[in-house]
Amino acid sequence: MAKLTIGVLALQGAFAEHINMLGKVGVAARTVRKPSELDGLDGLIIPGGESTTMALVAERWGLVQPLKAWVQAGKPTWGTCAGMILLSDRATGQKQGGQALIGGLDVTVSRNYFGRQIDSFEAELSVPKLGDPPVHAIFIRAPAIIDTGADVTVLARLTENAQRSVAVAVQAGPILATAFHPELTDDLRWHELFVNMVTIGMVTEYAEGSG
Amino acid sequence: MSTELNGHQNGQMEKGTFAVKAGLAQMLKGGVIMDVVTPEQARIAEEAGACAVMALERVPADIRRDGGVSRMSDPDMIKGIIEAVTIPVMAKARIGHFVEAQILEALGVDYIDESEVLTPADEEHHINKHKFGVPFVCGCRNLGEALRRISEGAAMIRTKGEAGTGNVVEAVRHARAVYGDIRRLQTMDEDELFAFAKEIRAPYALVKETASLGRLPVVNFAAGGVATPADAALMMQLGVDGVFVGSGIFKSGDPAKRAYAIVQAVTHYNDPKILAEISTNLGEAMVGINIETLSDSEKLASRGW
Repeated sequence: MAKLTIGVLALQGAFAEHINMLGKVGVAARTVRKPSELDGLDGLIIPGGESTTMALVAERWGLVQPLKAWVQAGKPTWGTCAGMILLSDRATGQKQGGQALIGGLDVTVSRNYFGRQIDSFEAELSVPKLGDPPVHAIFIRAPAIIDTGADVTVLARLTENAQRSVAVAVQAGPILATAFHPELTDDLRWHELFVNMVTIGMVTEYAEGSG
Repeated sequence: MSTELNGHQNGQMEKGTFAVKAGLAQMLKGGVIMDVVTPEQARIAEEAGACAVMALERVPADIRRDGGVSRMSDPDMIKGIIEAVTIPVMAKARIGHFVEAQILEALGVDYIDESEVLTPADEEHHINKHKFGVPFVCGCRNLGEALRRISEGAAMIRTKGEAGTGNVVEAVRHARAVYGDIRRLQTMDEDELFAFAKEIRAPYALVKETASLGRLPVVNFAAGGVATPADAALMMQLGVDGVFVGSGIFKSGDPAKRAYAIVQAVTHYNDPKILAEISTNLGEAMVGINIETLSDSEKLASRGW
């Protein structure tokens, strides 16, 4: 099989941490700042950061349409925190005037669902898809998924109390989204899961190509 | 209906940990934090792509001009700015003034800058930042000062530079001092690390951690005197993770345009062609001050220790 290369959108935010994690799982990674830098990639990570900043910089350098085309083509994409907001079809709590979204993930996210920085937190999440031990998740001014479409699988849910429970990790085909930051921990399982999604995507593509 | 795999959390949601404090700074990397004095300016900054705003009553250039004691801003003004934008809001407390910090935490600011730009409230003690749930950023001129602030609980560091001058020379001096010392650290054996920790008056454990990481244990931004996209890109190429721009934006001829250009420059700091394009026709930059014309008492960077 051809060697994988995964891109990390590097307009703003914690992109270096994702590149570091991909290095640890033995996958080649590079930064994406311009449309031409999407060429030849097998997967793309949209990192945490400020979604308004990323959207504005993406617009300025003509990246919004290429990113939409990337997702619509069914290429493997993982959004963490701000990246998840950008991938969502619907978002609440946007800045005045809204912002450009990439879309493609059939969910509604609530931006800064858990409140301001003083409410940021760490928690242990049980994620059946990743098995034991539970995932240590770091939530920073984090969004949550308040509504999911038919083809979306919830991978992890956060239950604040008997009344409030929200999805914080989902998968829909080639799209993975997490409201928290695996790249700030030493746990490689989320990056391994995404690399597996990319690998499966490539196998399918080759199978179709040879058929 | 969507599929449910019954994932859920076990145990408590733990707030105010060092990981979430330092983590917010990691999310700000590659971004520009802008000084704003009104909700309107905060909206302009957000529209221009700021990753956070610093709410304060007067920008450093005006503090410098007006003189007198400079303090934490009016809570009403800070609340107005918090309501105006969705990006993180920072605010400044005086060095050592832990009650100003308590008030800022109660207001819900996302980061506190224990800042030499305000008049120090304590000449011996910085704020014990471990006691707070809200994270702090502190200024430094060299590696020793950075590590002392981190040992007091700072989750983010910035160069002091010389605020309110529009002159980047001091920020360059401070960034070079920090990164030069980190490069030296990496060639030292353990015996030398002990001696070096003593020389720079920093805790040995943090010196050792910095040596093994090859960088500061927390995010480091440039601040103090950044006025142009080229200044911002210069600081990024020297190795900082992002920039604060104070007086440089709202003391310039066209703040919205300049703010937008500086944001682009921090993303594309290594691309001279793009930098040339975004540096074009920005209007008047703020009028700068040459550092040698300042008396020692006018230099804000010498506040703190």
